[in-house]
Amino acid sequence: MTMEENIDERDDMQIDAHSLGNQQLNQFSFDYLKVYYGKLFPYADIFRWMSYGNEGKHPACDESFFSRREFSFTLENDVYLRFQSFKGATDLENSIKEKCPHKIDIGPVYNVDPSRRHAYAQGGNNVFMPVERELIFDIDITEYDDVRYCCSGSDICLDCWPLMAVAIKVMDTVLRDDFGFNHILWVYSGRRGVHCWVCDGRARRLSNEQRSSIADYFHVYKGGENSLKKASLTGPVLHPVLGRAYKDVLIEYFEKKLMQKQRLFSFEERYQKILDIIPDKSVASEIHEKWQARRSSTSEEGRWDQLKSILQSGKHKALRRCVEEIVFTYTYPRLDMEVSKHMNHLLKAPFCVHPKTGRVCVPIDPNQCEDFDPTSVPTLSMLIEELNAGGLQMDTKNGELERTSLAQPIRFFRSSFLQPLMKSCKEEMESAYNAKIQQSGKSSFNW
Amino acid sequence: MEIIRSQKKTSDDEAASNLSLYRRAPDLEVRLDDFELYAIDRLRGFYAVLRGISDGLSRGKRPDEMEKLVNELWKTSMRHPDATQLINKDLISHFVLRLVYCRTEELRKWFLSMETTLFRYRFRLENPESQRMLMTEFQLPYKALSNAEYESVKDKLVQVSRSIGQSSNCVINVCVGIYWRILVSAMLSTLNSRVVDPDAIVDAVVDTIFFKVPFEEVPELVANRRVFLLKGNAYVAMNQVASIVVSHFRSNLSKALVLTNRKWTSTIKEQEKDRLTPIVEALGSSYLGPDYSQPTEFTNISLKDIDQLANSSFPLCMRHLFNKLRDDHHLKHGGRMQLGLFLKGVGLKLEDALAFWRAEFSQKIGSERFDKEYAYAVRHNYGKEGKRTDYTPYSCQKIISVNPSVGDHHGCPYRHFSEENLRAALAKMGVAGHAMDDVMDKVKNRHYQVACTMTFEAVHAASCDAGINHPNQYFAQSRKLLESKVVISESRSKARPDLMFFNPHPASPNMKPNVSNLPCYTNLI
Repeated sequence: MTMEENIDERDDMQIDAHSLGNQQLNQFSFDYLKVYYGKLFPYADIFRWMSYGNEGKHPACDESFFSRREFSFTLENDVYLRFQSFKGATDLENSIKEKCPHKIDIGPVYNVDPSRRHAYAQGGNNVFMPVERELIFDIDITEYDDVRYCCSGSDICLDCWPLMAVAIKVMDTVLRDDFGFNHILWVYSGRRGVHCWVCDGRARRLSNEQRSSIADYFHVYKGGENSLKKASLTGPVLHPVLGRAYKDVLIEYFEKKLMQKQRLFSFEERYQKILDIIPDKSVASEIHEKWQARRSSTSEEGRWDQLKSILQSGKHKALRRCVEEIVFTYTYPRLDMEVSKHMNHLLKAPFCVHPKTGRVCVPIDPNQCEDFDPTSVPTLSMLIEELNAGGLQMDTKNGELERTSLAQPIRFFRSSFLQPLMKSCKEEMESAYNAKIQQSGKSSFNW
Repeated sequence: MEIIRSQKKTSDDEAASNLSLYRRAPDLEVRLDDFELYAIDRLRGFYAVLRGISDGLSRGKRPDEMEKLVNELWKTSMRHPDATQLINKDLISHFVLRLVYCRTEELRKWFLSMETTLFRYRFRLENPESQRMLMTEFQLPYKALSNAEYESVKDKLVQVSRSIGQSSNCVINVCVGIYWRILVSAMLSTLNSRVVDPDAIVDAVVDTIFFKVPFEEVPELVANRRVFLLKGNAYVAMNQVASIVVSHFRSNLSKALVLTNRKWTSTIKEQEKDRLTPIVEALGSSYLGPDYSQPTEFTNISLKDIDQLANSSFPLCMRHLFNKLRDDHHLKHGGRMQLGLFLKGVGLKLEDALAFWRAEFSQKIGSERFDKEYAYAVRHNYGKEGKRTDYTPYSCQKIISVNPSVGDHHGCPYRHFSEENLRAALAKMGVAGHAMDDVMDKVKNRHYQVACTMTFEAVHAASCDAGINHPNQYFAQSRKLLESKVVISESRSKARPDLMFFNPHPASPNMKPNVSNLPCYTNLI
């Protein structure tokens, strides 16, 4: 568990300038955060989601389900509280309002109440362990620093957002079509990437090994600062999952968006990195010379077409795979694998406010992800201003929310994620219950 | 007595295999000597099976090489003068080692991985008939695809098999598939009754029968993209069935180990404290050589010597991290873990470690941020925070198996560097000429640890017969050599902890229990 603690810390370990101004802003935002938790944070929705139907009155409900879920809070001054647990929505709400955490992480559901784990651990029998957890993914733009030139580190802009959009599109399709999952939530992480929560019952009950296998199913990228080839594709044809990603998403995003936005062929140091991927050095230097000498075809498209026709000419049989390898290197999703592999990895809760940017972690519609604009995501100060604009009139809580730009993301969360999820949780519960009744009916009959 | 299925059946059925699923411990009387000796043969004798497998895996051997290796290891180590005792030896040694390896998470993980690998290759060596018998024993309720369903996904199935390099003959087989499928579905429906002798048929059609299986059951095939997935089902070819069986084997064993651990801590350990417990503990104590979590005689370093030591005695993976840290004043998480635990293992004290990391990181982010964000992790590695586990330094096997990402410098240079970068790095260490070629040759054949051993030999101008298995072992051996060159040491005859691993029979007489040769019942496991 503590390993995960470490890994999770990495999230905030990125280097960025700390100025006095920034500190002051944080001071301010702490008061804002109180207002946010007081008026806007959707406790009831989070509670319903995390209960997966067990909050109802159905006889098959597991009353302790929600209270066995780990939450962890990062407070001001980086005080880190792990293994928090709550009896219900009110308990959760009161604690968040009281502690006003800068960051809320969600962990797994354990077999026992995590806040009382020590009481159970005394037998020395290792009985404290996770039993359920959403399948989660974390994609950070920093992982793409070698293929983007608009910004670096934690920054993200409209020129590199397409990389995130590709990741969402490719993965969402695979999760639905290949793995058969339906309840998938995509969330902007507030600064440098996206999170994905797969919430189907089947996904929540995966073992660590099965989680690893899914992460590996996605994994193409072989990185490391010291190896040249980043995406290595083997075999005479691509596996259907890769073939479909290439045909439906990658090639289009590479040719229509990223090539131009990142100006991949306009500067020698940039296209040299692409040519480095070609294993045949003589072919690479031939192209390099062409682009150095002639000034005519300097457009991104022109050079890319030229490169493609040389590589695919059939003269160099071994190089046919190269075009695909280049496109995969520059577009294919790069996951933080460790996050997905273990049940007890923590992930920041949706609708948190990122402490550095002040942006709210809002859901992303995977069908519209190319239009998502991370730079216009509601910020804490924006929301407070919108609240204030309503004046001092006494308002219902809902009325206050409706006034802000958080209303739309919350509506989207409910209608496209929470409601369908609740519906299928109920059905699942009902059918499990009926099966159990039948089972026990049979056995009592035998008696 | 279900486990000794094969014993019971061998008399009337020659085709039955000797491969056990180890579902129950045998109800046998075992001499205490055998209890220990069998375990040693399986675990870590000179030709021992599990050690050999571990070694093979960390050298990155290909599946066909592994198959050969496992077969040879099994034949040499698990032999017995009395052929009827072979199965018992297998069962006893397995169950004894369960006791030895149930006791910590780390031990369980290693044992699970080695036994699963062993089972996988033994299963592959079985004939199709007994493979299918084992499948039935696991109660795998898989139905072959119906013709209509098969037709609807045929193109994708062909694409998958081509993508994993089973090109032409498979395509042909798929064309004649329909005919075979009728035949085979008839055969599969009579699977248990064995009306026909199906071997011949199976061999001919293995490529064209597909089972539809929940993807959860074939994690290995999913991970390597060796199956077609549709709506949560994996389409598994008959010849991939091994993977399903293996994953069942693995999950059964994994659960059993946890249960054994409970029994061990709650009852067995105390009950057997005069008899089995000492044997079990002795068997476990040197399972993979030392874990290097505690500094030894040659490893106790102070901050002022660290640059000089890095230059002379760090293996390449650690030198690289060390130099990157000095240059960039930063390392990403994986690098901090790999280097940090190594330094702990070579004896850098916590205070020195904090000073060391602070000195570098503060140049980039200021010491205040270091104290706030990174110091915790350093203390954590030393078991001073969080769960308070005293983490052990990474072994070569672990380092080789990681997947470094952008900006990462950890991992094994022999595996993760491009050829150019590796050559340059080796040249910096003073490796040149023939030695360089030899090292690169080993790298090409994916013998990463051998490559590292050869680098050690080239740099130190001395031989290293034991081979390099652990960065901290590299360091300890380097120090030993370099220090003996300066001071003529008398310590040559002293038993060195890092050499224990290579002693075929390390259990010393005083570890033996007082009451020997009494029968003991392994079914108390």
